[in-house]
Amino acid sequence: MKNENLYKYILGIADNNLILGQRLGELCGHGPSLETDIACTNISLDLLGQVRSYFQYAALIANNESSEDDIAMLRPEREYVNILLVEQPNTDFAYTMAKQFLFDAYHYLFIQKLQSSKDETLSAIANKAIKEVSYHYRFSSDWIKRLGDGTEESHDRIQNAINDLWTYTNELFSQTEADKAMIAEGIGVDTVVFKEDYYNKVSEVLKEATLEIPESKYFQKGGKEGIHTEHLGHLLSELQYMQRTYPNMKW
Amino acid sequence: MKKEWPLWEVFVRSKNGLEHRHFGSLHAADAKMALENARDVYTRRNEGVSIWVVESKHITASNPENNGELFEPAQNKVYRHPTFYDLPDEIKHM
Repeated sequence: MKNENLYKYILGIADNNLILGQRLGELCGHGPSLETDIACTNISLDLLGQVRSYFQYAALIANNESSEDDIAMLRPEREYVNILLVEQPNTDFAYTMAKQFLFDAYHYLFIQKLQSSKDETLSAIANKAIKEVSYHYRFSSDWIKRLGDGTEESHDRIQNAINDLWTYTNELFSQTEADKAMIAEGIGVDTVVFKEDYYNKVSEVLKEATLEIPESKYFQKGGKEGIHTEHLGHLLSELQYMQRTYPNMKW
Repeated sequence: MKKEWPLWEVFVRSKNGLEHRHFGSLHAADAKMALENARDVYTRRNEGVSIWVVESKHITASNPENNGELFEPAQNKVYRHPTFYDLPDEIKHM
């Protein structure tokens, strides 16, 4: 493949959306209330819409050796390069929102920067996504404050979720070889530049939510290299089931 | 402790220049959440340019039992309806 680094770079962005979108989709019909159920699946659809643009572009770069559907649904687990945070289970509404919030804060800063990518397609996707992503952040940060500053039980649950998921945040800023190559070409976003902004932004919301900022020094990593937690396999079996059982099926 | 969120009525203006119309109702803990929920429940397919929400308890409704005295007198006075004019044929949509 001629543009292998670009191909890998796009997958690195899109897989986060795909896996988080699939996780949120699990709440369809199971959300805590009709209103939050619809909100979560709306966000899921936003993310999956962005995924399509990324994968269509990736398929083009791969000379259509594989279609957008193949890329989305037929790779083995080790070839998915999403970060570990987004594959974590929903557990309860506090975990769902904590995961969403920790990702959205990053996603917003990332998409903002991707808008000025030298790659026209990526910057166009980012231009289109920025409004959706800023709404996601508004929604999830709002819930962090509501749960943190809510009842004793909601406070404990959201604090617990933040503490647990905090260990996956550092991976947002790790860079693969493909990432580095794309940054050097002005196509990729240098995430290290806004790492401090990210933790400030997140900490501000946590403070407002009367929550404590975890002081963990140990961070998990591996997703970007295809080494995943035990949760991804289960998620993929559901995601891939239709395409594997009925190859090339469309509806 | 009350577990259910209060009920809110949602009004959406679908285009500039049109009036807000009642779209439906939803549950939310406060006005801000009601607006966000309304956005997700009623305007996710680009239906609106403006949303109003009001807690349902603030709406005073007429009592159906009084329908007779409220509405019927208006119907049996034909002169209240502008039906005694001859409209020129060119005028459409009246």
